[in-house]
Amino acid sequence: MSEHSVVHHIPLPEGSIQKQTTTMNLGPTHPATHGVFQNVLELDGETIVDAEQTVGYIHRAFEKLAERRPLYQVTPITDRLNYCSSPINNMGWHMTCEKLLGIQTPKRVDYLRVIIMELARIADHLICNSIVGVDTGAFTGFLYVMQYRELIYEIYEEVCGSRLTTNIGRIGGFERNFNDTAFQKLEKFLKEYPEVLQEFEKLFNRNRIFMDRTQGGGAISAERALAYSFTGPNLRAAGVDYDVRVAKPYCSYEDFEFDIPVGTTGDNYDRFMVRNGEMWQSLRIIEQAYRKVQDFKGAEAEVFHADVPEYYLPEKKDVYTKMEALIWHFKIIMGEIDIPKGEVYHAVEGANGELGYYLISDGGRTPYRLHFRRPCFIYYQAYPELVKGGMLSDAIVTMSSLNLIAGELDA
Amino acid sequence: MMLTHERIQEKLNEKFGAGVLQWEESYDMLTVIAPKELNLKILQYLYEEEELSFRFLTDICAVHYPEQTGAELAVVYHLHNLVANVRLRLKVFTAVETPDVFTATSIFPGANWMERETYDFFGVNFVGHPKLKRILNVDEMDYFPLRKEFPLEDQTRIDKDDEMFGRGGSYN
Repeated sequence: MSEHSVVHHIPLPEGSIQKQTTTMNLGPTHPATHGVFQNVLELDGETIVDAEQTVGYIHRAFEKLAERRPLYQVTPITDRLNYCSSPINNMGWHMTCEKLLGIQTPKRVDYLRVIIMELARIADHLICNSIVGVDTGAFTGFLYVMQYRELIYEIYEEVCGSRLTTNIGRIGGFERNFNDTAFQKLEKFLKEYPEVLQEFEKLFNRNRIFMDRTQGGGAISAERALAYSFTGPNLRAAGVDYDVRVAKPYCSYEDFEFDIPVGTTGDNYDRFMVRNGEMWQSLRIIEQAYRKVQDFKGAEAEVFHADVPEYYLPEKKDVYTKMEALIWHFKIIMGEIDIPKGEVYHAVEGANGELGYYLISDGGRTPYRLHFRRPCFIYYQAYPELVKGGMLSDAIVTMSSLNLIAGELDA
Repeated sequence: MMLTHERIQEKLNEKFGAGVLQWEESYDMLTVIAPKELNLKILQYLYEEEELSFRFLTDICAVHYPEQTGAELAVVYHLHNLVANVRLRLKVFTAVETPDVFTATSIFPGANWMERETYDFFGVNFVGHPKLKRILNVDEMDYFPLRKEFPLEDQTRIDKDDEMFGRGGSYN
């Protein structure tokens, strides 16, 4: 358990090569940690005897910042939590606001959101899985899937104009309708990505070296995973089929047919396999959503936001030419719009677990309190338990297979 | 049998006495407000009682209400019964001068860092916590930054005129 500080220089038994264990700093800027993580490791040769994490290197006080920002200004903060899948964070936040404000979004908006969120999940998982490959010595997969992350980013770009920190969408929907290029790129993605993913799986799934490196390392039982409040792929790899998309469907996820891949042992290999499985399911969901979007005809096919002028920002060209639109724009941006009092907890299935927003509004222009339930932060505390007794090189793989994102961890 | 909000209320009221707990419901989530001395007992009862089985701790955080004298800090637990798929929110209030609340780490190992974070930002002293020290902020920090008395921006700055943006006066 991580309660006690690491005891340094533990004497080793008579006849060992060294007299005592070695203390080593892993991080905070070690290239193999993929982010600003520090671990103080106590090593007996290459075996980890004890470990302790230090977090907070990129803490930016998001919860404090949010207390001074009107709802729309909180969206860019959420970008910077899990920046590998910012659209999920953005939309999770907008859905939280919608829940507080009592806004019903049209079905087409939900389906478009689902498309973007599942693309984001794929973007996140393919990074995580290919990095697991890199850390076990297989660089090819990483380069191979990267061009499809690029394609996903291009789709974001068509929809919202930016790529990494997307700030996508509005309360009630999207800032603009998807254009033809976006749909073309989506079709290209749906056509080409399955082949690439299949090839990616061929490189890894039954690769003897990869299996030997990942199986058994960083394992956690379902019981311990639940006790540590694991969520997302890491919990599912241990065999618990908890997924917010199914347990409490948001954004019309109940309209889609998909499976929840689960593992059994909760080790690095299972986490890898669960993420691969989820990418296939995400593809399934996107295909269904795309078909549903195409089914809308006439005026319905043009709907891309709910009709909520009090909260939905007016179109830019109106803001520049019409006085009323300018006034509304200004009022919304400056937080002059009344928001109701209330307490909302809204959870979405982020790419690495249950991402929760606990929003308390006192009726003022900004949240009275906003707490992010960040899945990374919660499951990283189990890291010493996962790596203890294993090899140092397995600890690196464990860290990348947990899908730790420093931005989310430190908020 | 479905675990309804009414059933949860009934069970808890029966166990701890009807007058002791307060109930609220907002946006589909049942909230129980309890005296802070009872937090661990309630968490344990919710965990162990077969019918309730709130065995997944989603989150712990705190809220500061400076104007509620004697109950300035609220510690909020979000619990989840994964089998019946029901969520429950538990709140305990404590005075800011004596912010002592029992730790939940004995029931939920995952509460460890959540409580450390809550301590870090609000100064809630979780009695019995195995290692209650700052987690995201620097160890040398001598205040609890998410409390409301600390404004976001440095109030000694004179190069910004917030009055122009409707932010003057009491708003911070």
